[in-house]
Amino acid sequence: MSDVTLDPPPTAETVAPKRKSRFRTVFARDRKAQFGLAVLGLFILGAILAPFLSPYDPNEMTLNMMSGPSGENLLGTDDLGRDLFSRILWGTQISLFVGVATVGLALVFGVLLGVLAGYYGGWIDMIIMRYIDLQWAFPNFIIAVYLVAVFGTGLLNVIVAIALAFLDDFARIARSMVLTLKEEQFVDAARVQGFSDMRIMLRHILPNAMAPIIVQATVSVSYAILGEASLSFLGLGVSVDTPTWGLILSDGRSFISRAWWLGVFPGLAIMLVVLSINFIGDALRDALDVRETDI
Amino acid sequence: MLAVATLVFFMIRLVPGDPIGAMLADSGSPEAREALIRRLGLDQPLIVQFWKWFTGVLQGDFGASIYGSNQPVADILMNAIPKTLSLALLSFIIAIVIAVPAGIISATRKNSAADVGVSFFAFLGLSMPDFWLAIILIIIFAANLQWLPAIGYAPLSDGVWEWFSHLIMPAIAIGTGFSAIIARMIRSSMLEVLQADYMRTAASKGLTQNVMLLRHALPNALIPVITVIGIAFALLISGAVVVENVFSIKGLGRVLIQGIQNRDYPVVQGAVLLVSAFFVLSNLIVDLLYAVIDPRIRYS
Repeated sequence: MSDVTLDPPPTAETVAPKRKSRFRTVFARDRKAQFGLAVLGLFILGAILAPFLSPYDPNEMTLNMMSGPSGENLLGTDDLGRDLFSRILWGTQISLFVGVATVGLALVFGVLLGVLAGYYGGWIDMIIMRYIDLQWAFPNFIIAVYLVAVFGTGLLNVIVAIALAFLDDFARIARSMVLTLKEEQFVDAARVQGFSDMRIMLRHILPNAMAPIIVQATVSVSYAILGEASLSFLGLGVSVDTPTWGLILSDGRSFISRAWWLGVFPGLAIMLVVLSINFIGDALRDALDVRETDI
Repeated sequence: MLAVATLVFFMIRLVPGDPIGAMLADSGSPEAREALIRRLGLDQPLIVQFWKWFTGVLQGDFGASIYGSNQPVADILMNAIPKTLSLALLSFIIAIVIAVPAGIISATRKNSAADVGVSFFAFLGLSMPDFWLAIILIIIFAANLQWLPAIGYAPLSDGVWEWFSHLIMPAIAIGTGFSAIIARMIRSSMLEVLQADYMRTAASKGLTQNVMLLRHALPNALIPVITVIGIAFALLISGAVVVENVFSIKGLGRVLIQGIQNRDYPVVQGAVLLVSAFFVLSNLIVDLLYAVIDPRIRYS
């Protein structure tokens, strides 16, 4: 038996060249996506280089309290004399890390559940879908708030809580993709060749199901960053000693009538990052030809 | 309906899960802890506790707060509901009032300056954290212009303006993101509808532009939008939870977060349950609305 008698199933490799050129044309045309890539790139660079770029220790208190933006303190200082620019710069690390880590986690486990449910059907599907439906009854953010309330604050807990809240979105998309794909001829072909279920799922079905999953992942990163910021803002975030954007805003909230910069800049950072990711997600949606209603 | 009933059952089931541990972590001596456990009936098997709580909830009894005055949770929640409901309603109205015209304009004048503007503001609205928008509004309208009160809530009985002036800023903060999602949806679904054959028929009948848009295009374009509104309710609720805390409005969100801070486990439980029930209910209403708008759908 050999593969020669059958057309090779369209795996990631055979689809890739077509997609790559499409990516290039979409991103070359789309100004918003270029803006998004540039701004996000700047923030990623800032996060990585925070130890070198940060002019002050983000937690160092000085007597220079609540002074406005100046040459010395680019974005001003807070009520404890800490440099706002340094704090926001360090906060970038947490925000981006939480965004990527949560979505990575939710993606791996959500897609796993969705693929299993869609591929095997029967009681496996029933159990998984029961769980997914159950989770649907709660708004994502309420799930995250509740989980952090139960398991306590901290970086790991926040990541797990937000990831769990997003799990059902990925599972539902993966399942519906698998349900359509498994009827396709190339899956029959792979089965006839005697490939294992595992191989069919990972090598044949999954690569073809990736487009809506990638788009969903991009959108989810922006929601995860907003979610983390909201949690820290409510005091349910990473910790009170780590400067995160939400926490900086929450700390500065009481002083905004005298120090507007404490209310403006941390939120501006959140908005710029989330906006960039949304722009990129929109371009990806075009490039991968995913309809808004599929998600 | 059966599915929803099952869902609600499991939902309640999930809620009294683990917070027992989280709550006890903070209380003092072992004796005090023992006493507290016994008073709350936490020494009984989980199933018994669950049953007691579940039957209580069905009769409108959510237990008593274990923090401070031991007020019944049902009372606390009843006080909070009108505030959250007014806020949610006003946010919803603001969102629709902005989104529907914006969506129609950007769909009918595709790629015009107006369309680009709407799409840009929609992106901004989607990307702005609601609590940040709330803070910005406070800086402008409360701290500097002093037009509106920065915190608190006034019931309708204090006068419409009092009520409105306390709610308008939080409602804008919540409604902006919501309106962005809906405007985008209306735009893309309108664009699809405008391509439809019946729109060409309507045009060839010599109908005016306005009649065509409002009577033929909009109702059909709204069908997919209604589904999204249901999903976007989650955003409205999460928005209320966060923004209520910015404005110190003692609605469900504030009650929930204070409950968490005080490790007031019955309050957290009740608030989460109520918030989720509100979410499920609003989605149910959306499903029913669906049948009203689209006569092809019938629920037997």
